[in-house]
Amino acid sequence: MLEIRVQKRLRDFSLDIDLAVPGGVTVLFGRSGAGKSMTLACVAGLAAPEAGRIVVNGAVFYDSRTGVNLRPQQRRVGYVTQDYLLFPHLTVAQNVAFGLAKHTRRERETIVQEALAWLRLEQLARQRPQALSGGQQQRVALARALVTRPQVLLLDEPFSALDSPTRARLRQDLLRLQGELDVPVLFVTHDLAEALLLGEQMAVVADGRLLQLDTPARVRERPADSLVAELVGRNGAGLS
Amino acid sequence: MSSLDFAPLWLSLRVSLLATLLVAGAGIPLAWLLARRRFWGRELLNGLTSLPLVLPPTVLGYYLLVLLGQQSPIGQWLNRMGWPLVFTWRGAVVAAAVASFPLLVLTARAGFEGVDRRLEDMARTLGRSELAIFWRVTLPLAWPSLLAGAALTFARALGDFGATLMVAGNIPGRTQTASIYIYDLLQANRRAEAGGMALVVTGLALLLFLISQSLTRRILR
Repeated sequence: MLEIRVQKRLRDFSLDIDLAVPGGVTVLFGRSGAGKSMTLACVAGLAAPEAGRIVVNGAVFYDSRTGVNLRPQQRRVGYVTQDYLLFPHLTVAQNVAFGLAKHTRRERETIVQEALAWLRLEQLARQRPQALSGGQQQRVALARALVTRPQVLLLDEPFSALDSPTRARLRQDLLRLQGELDVPVLFVTHDLAEALLLGEQMAVVADGRLLQLDTPARVRERPADSLVAELVGRNGAGLS
Repeated sequence: MSSLDFAPLWLSLRVSLLATLLVAGAGIPLAWLLARRRFWGRELLNGLTSLPLVLPPTVLGYYLLVLLGQQSPIGQWLNRMGWPLVFTWRGAVVAAAVASFPLLVLTARAGFEGVDRRLEDMARTLGRSELAIFWRVTLPLAWPSLLAGAALTFARALGDFGATLMVAGNIPGRTQTASIYIYDLLQANRRAEAGGMALVVTGLALLLFLISQSLTRRILR
């Protein structure tokens, strides 16, 4: 269960999002610069809203009324971005182990081995990120986020930099892992096909406002207004 | 031609090494603060840090004498502790450290600013403490800059003349560093020896500069 109410003044517009979803994969869909990434940053605790309330699985991350504002370290979110943000000075295995500092060395090794196997990365354990392809790097980023057993997985355009066969495979990986781990996912994308494919809920965002929240099929069939209709238009041509 | 005395060179190397360690210890945390934290007086602190770069070394030496000399509270305390600075090799260390301080801070600050903040943010979401992030992300990624800054600091400390002369004086065998020795040799019209020592110091400085350059290039790649 995710409850996200965020108000924040940005440079060009004000972010004013209010959404509650039961879990599963929720796609935040809209053009670049609509405030989707900022919403994720607020959930991760990397940016502070001016007002609102963020609750994940019953844990209050932020509440402007009671003054609660957990540090990112206390939130246990898994965060994956378009450019992976792997630590360039660490190996693949060390990257994956980075969030496991509180585990014993042996536990850490077991968990990392398991995660690498899950995402077909065993052969690359000792490589540096620079030696990997984009798709491989993104799987490492996914593994690094997942081994910490996050309360929520935040994916910010995670597959945008990849070619379409790689993207298709990673989407399958994501759905498989989400099914096994049952972790709620917030997935930011400006790619309509991706939004329709992955989303169990779809939140359409424009200029910092939530225009519609529904299943992808319903959003397509019954867009809330003309702007949503335009964003999920029949031709489905690329938005950017 | 009398033979060249190498004691000033060893003293210079020892003084420069200690000065570099001192400067690194104080300068790296300061550089990190300037690069990563917003606080009141930050620009003033930045200006003060860079001041030794633009002040005449004699002015620097004068301030050090006022601050650390026998008449000052700090100087008297140091005397009581048995570590007088004025006219001792320790004074040479302090003078060299203060004169070379800006080089380390400027280089290290640029190094820290070159580390992608989003990597540090990522480490935060992975639950790591701010201290762990500094040691395991920021420091290793800024490391080449810090080494380059240390090499520059060492070279500058090695070359200091004015501030060292003001604070430590020119006592052969005790506070006479290589730079001051060269001046002495010239005064005594021992041109060949002065040239020899100058060559040695030039070679060392060039080597340090090349090390610093290659480290900086590694960052840019």
